[in-house]
Amino acid sequence: MSTGDDQPTISTAETVASSALDAGKAKKKRSQFTGNDRKVFLAMVGIPTFIHVAIVWIPTLLSILLSFTKWRGNDISEIEVTGVENYDVVLLGAFQGDTIQAILNNLWLLLFLFFGPTLLGMGLAYLLDKNLKGTRIYQSLFYTPVVLSLAVVGFIWQNIMYDQNYGLATWAFGGGDRVDWLGNQEFIFSIGNYGLSKNFLAILMAMAWRHTGYIMVLYLAGMKSVDAALRESASLDGCNEWQTFRHVLFPTLKPINVIVVVITVIEALRAYDIIAILNEPRNTELLSHLTTNALIGEGADNIGRGSAYATLLFLLCIGFVLWYVTNHYKKQENTV
Amino acid sequence: MSDMKFDFDTSPSGSAFSEPSDNVHFEATKTPLRPARVVLHVFLASLGILWMVPLVISLYSSFRPFAETSRKGFLSAPESLGLANYREALDRGDFIDKYWNTALILIPSLVLTIFLASLIAFAASRYSWRFNIFFLVLFTAGNLLPQQIMVAPLFQAARRIPLPEIMSNSEKLNGSNWMIILLHVGFQMGFCTFVLSNYMKLLPKELNEAAMVDGASLWTQYWTIIMPLTRPALAALATLEFAWIYNDFFWAVIFEQRGDDRPITSALSNLGGEFVTDTNVVSAASIFVIIPVLAVYFALQKHFIAGLTLGANKG
Repeated sequence: MSTGDDQPTISTAETVASSALDAGKAKKKRSQFTGNDRKVFLAMVGIPTFIHVAIVWIPTLLSILLSFTKWRGNDISEIEVTGVENYDVVLLGAFQGDTIQAILNNLWLLLFLFFGPTLLGMGLAYLLDKNLKGTRIYQSLFYTPVVLSLAVVGFIWQNIMYDQNYGLATWAFGGGDRVDWLGNQEFIFSIGNYGLSKNFLAILMAMAWRHTGYIMVLYLAGMKSVDAALRESASLDGCNEWQTFRHVLFPTLKPINVIVVVITVIEALRAYDIIAILNEPRNTELLSHLTTNALIGEGADNIGRGSAYATLLFLLCIGFVLWYVTNHYKKQENTV
Repeated sequence: MSDMKFDFDTSPSGSAFSEPSDNVHFEATKTPLRPARVVLHVFLASLGILWMVPLVISLYSSFRPFAETSRKGFLSAPESLGLANYREALDRGDFIDKYWNTALILIPSLVLTIFLASLIAFAASRYSWRFNIFFLVLFTAGNLLPQQIMVAPLFQAARRIPLPEIMSNSEKLNGSNWMIILLHVGFQMGFCTFVLSNYMKLLPKELNEAAMVDGASLWTQYWTIIMPLTRPALAALATLEFAWIYNDFFWAVIFEQRGDDRPITSALSNLGGEFVTDTNVVSAASIFVIIPVLAVYFALQKHFIAGLTLGANKG
């Protein structure tokens, strides 16, 4: 991470040589930066890296370390190493209930995003890719919510859709009664003491409103790049529409599928805003809320426990992140 | 070709939203309307209208008195329309102050993020050196982490770092715009580096070679050769990052405890309570919050979509 001591050997020849097109005329010319250029180069790498590492990676490592300690956030000398005690409390002890419900909620969110907005978005993209008249207008309609923050989405849905008396959801499904969409913490189905609560499902609907357009636009971009001739020949060969989609279009969308999976998993683990703006109704908390509630605000003085929650969140996503990133750059190394 | 090389050409035929170019698609343009097409149009139009309901009704109700919608419902013909809800929302929500405060955070964050990301992207994608891929992995992975994992140490550090009163009301880094800018720059840089390095990689290698032969310095190569060619990606990123930074809720809620000093999206968390009894003032407040980002989106839709599909790696 310290860029200062590594003095990178710069060689443009290597990059040129690896490019298949230019392989013929590549000259083995080794040019190394000298003098001012070297300083500029080090600054170009060093300054952004310093800021990024200081804001992202060092705090990440420190959080993991803090998860093995007890600290109220006062004097640094009061930090007390307690080993796995926080994990014990969070996973097996007094907070076990909160933790399990939060992890389940993260899981519901993930499954919901996959089977709701992702399939719907893919379907819409497929339909909108048919060269319809007015397809751009349709696209804009579905896409507009994507530019809004989930916090605003929550704010708007709470007001227009889920108002207990006047909301449109109440109007459409309430049968003339008040409905407490966001307060109803009853489980739709439960597993022991845990489950999927009605208010969480209401929030999932609002999230779908934003997520569908996002997925749609990604697939639309992917489908546009598929050669029409490929599809045409498939239909000439007697494939019906489903077969063409399943065996011709879908396999070419693999890179998009990977991105969609990454986005969905990360989004499901990171989600915070919409539930926070609705004041975290009971049974809708995610791991992200347990983390921040232990760290910041009134009565939040348990840095160790908050960090343990954060570390769980980190562990749930890091393998995935590394898998994606290394694959991406491995491919790039091969193709460039 | 198997990885994410979307079409990020900003020429009219390039974006996902453009008219299909002639090499794409079947004969469709001149086919007569078949029943299947009609069904498809009806389906898409109904779903599209349904999709717009929350926004359209927010806008509509924001012009109507609460007494009227509470009696007749949101979906009713108007008796009177006016700006009273906006006056009230402006009065209670201080939106002018909040716009200003948002701009003070947004503009420096945006410029710094993209500038710094372009430096590292240039250095790591235009030259091969021992650790260039490592750096790209570091930035890309960093951007995909959940923000919650960084909060505790950052928060504890920020509340201990002093700032002169002129820079921060709280005289600490915590609670100042500087901290929020720093967080945006550090975090968003990962995504911008990812996108820009992917883009810069595709520019012909000979550009640097030729410039070196001409004796151009490294900075000249960056600033006068590569950056101008990267303009489409920069435009796309700037549009996208505008929305993301504008939409930020998490950082500002955590690091700015005083509700009045928060930028607009995170200020929502204390707006709710202020208008709780009047759905239509809440609607007007929502419109105040979403207008800037919707305006940018409608003006720069092409860049926006290009940005999403060209990086397409985060939510």
